Amino acid sequence: MLINKDLIIIGAGPAGLAAAIEAVKRGIRDVLVLEREPVAGGILNQCIHDGFGLIRFDEALTGPEYAKRFTDEAAEMGIEIITDVMVQEISRDKEVTAISPGGITIYRAKAVILAMGCRERTRGAIGIPGTRPAGVFTAGVAQNLVNIRNVMIGRNIVILGSGDIGLIMARRLTLEGANVLAVIEKLPYSSGLQRNITQCLEDYGIPLLLSHTVTRVEGRERVTAVTVSKVDEKGNTLRGTSEKYKCDTLILSVGLIPENEIALNSGMDMDNTTGGARVDEKLETSIPGVFACGNVLQVHDLADHVSSEGELAAVSAADYIKNYCHKAGESSDTGENCLCSGNDRKIPVTAGSGIRYVLPQAIRPGQAITFSMRVTVPGREKSVLFKSGEKVIKKRKYTALNPAEMLRIELSSKELENISGLEVCIDGN
Amino acid sequence: METDREIVCIVCPNGCRMKVYIDDRNRVVRVENALCRNGGTYAKKEVQSPERSLTSTVKVTGGALPLVSVRSSKPIPRDKIREAAALLRSLHIQAPVDFHQVLLSDILGTGADIIATRQVLKA
Repeated sequence: MLINKDLIIIGAGPAGLAAAIEAVKRGIRDVLVLEREPVAGGILNQCIHDGFGLIRFDEALTGPEYAKRFTDEAAEMGIEIITDVMVQEISRDKEVTAISPGGITIYRAKAVILAMGCRERTRGAIGIPGTRPAGVFTAGVAQNLVNIRNVMIGRNIVILGSGDIGLIMARRLTLEGANVLAVIEKLPYSSGLQRNITQCLEDYGIPLLLSHTVTRVEGRERVTAVTVSKVDEKGNTLRGTSEKYKCDTLILSVGLIPENEIALNSGMDMDNTTGGARVDEKLETSIPGVFACGNVLQVHDLADHVSSEGELAAVSAADYIKNYCHKAGESSDTGENCLCSGNDRKIPVTAGSGIRYVLPQAIRPGQAITFSMRVTVPGREKSVLFKSGEKVIKKRKYTALNPAEMLRIELSSKELENISGLEVCIDGN
Repeated sequence: METDREIVCIVCPNGCRMKVYIDDRNRVVRVENALCRNGGTYAKKEVQSPERSLTSTVKVTGGALPLVSVRSSKPIPRDKIREAAALLRSLHIQAPVDFHQVLLSDILGTGADIIATRQVLKA
């Protein structure tokens, strides 16, 4: 059975919900959102701490409250969301294969928006030596067990990784009565926000050990101890610096990766640094009519940016659908608003020195474009430069730069006039 | 006697490492190394009457979920956070729970209520 839809959105987290709402506002009626979990809202449902929505709503909402703003609006608009369904595959002609307890369904969409979010790196990804006992959790799994399922995961806990989720779980577990012995960070700086270091660690006297890592896990059935060692600038363990922490639980907060298997299998062009698809200024991937947004495109630090990226993807998808040519099953290449005629030349955007990645990876000038990027290392009194060849077309000064904070910089259509290429790099002020 | 302590400002991403001078009655008398005036305001609040929002969970009996997420309706004094969290651990609420339902008023005399941040239906 093949079901036709104008727009299919994969994932009902903040990116997918914001995209669905925006698409309907833009006149696309036949929208379907597919969600793997039993309820919409995505990871926000388990992020019970506050601080969401400061940009969009000008208040500090908790994760569930932020999600409710979107689920309520989607419900009022009558947007169809199917839960407990997992997308297995999307093809180049935008057939979406989905599996649910009811069986397999195949949809054909005029446009698809990818909004699957991200998942956590695990012990296997960082290869911690030692035994393999119970009691090693990723931070998000621990958060789900403690905040949703009422399962307390341990009593004496060591956390590896000082990203925001690790810091937030340090406080959360302390408030649930656990003893968090330390947060261990391999880098010489925390990859979390200062607000979280102050309010999640310092408030509770939890030590943050920078330039340290966990070098061994002990225990047969359950974790009994972990060994923590100092590392040098290159990340190599320093001999004679190891210290044993008796504990029953190790939590890993060691990075997030876009959950992109279906994008990879579809054969679209990917970016090895972000782990997401390569997109243009419309957030369109290398498959015409397939767009990507939110954490599946690039891992964000603010939900507000995830939502606004979802909206941009929806604006583009709505334009694509309005110009859709029914007889060819592809976008028309005769209409004046044609979006994928193949001959509109895109200009590549590259990350230069000091910039880890920049998005979008290619642009068509002629409009204002907001670029997202992250720096490679913390810095003070630096500038972000946008260059076309040797010519600097934009310079933005920063007092402080931090890899933990995504930078978003808008360039006007005028600034982007007559460029031949675009490189973004860091320079001293 | 004047003492000093380092406070990292959390108001904006600049993260100024401020040197804050405090007198013997726990009042901020001088702030150095802040790039703007917000730093001084933050330091004063942080030294003299620090407050935090409390977010946690409360057990639900007879609900579709075993827990409901909650928050304080306004920030409470920082030194009451642990006690308030312990109080919430001992609390049980009967389902259903409405969105923003008050589960506990005026927790520990702070004037803040504990409210549900999601709905939990009956099982």
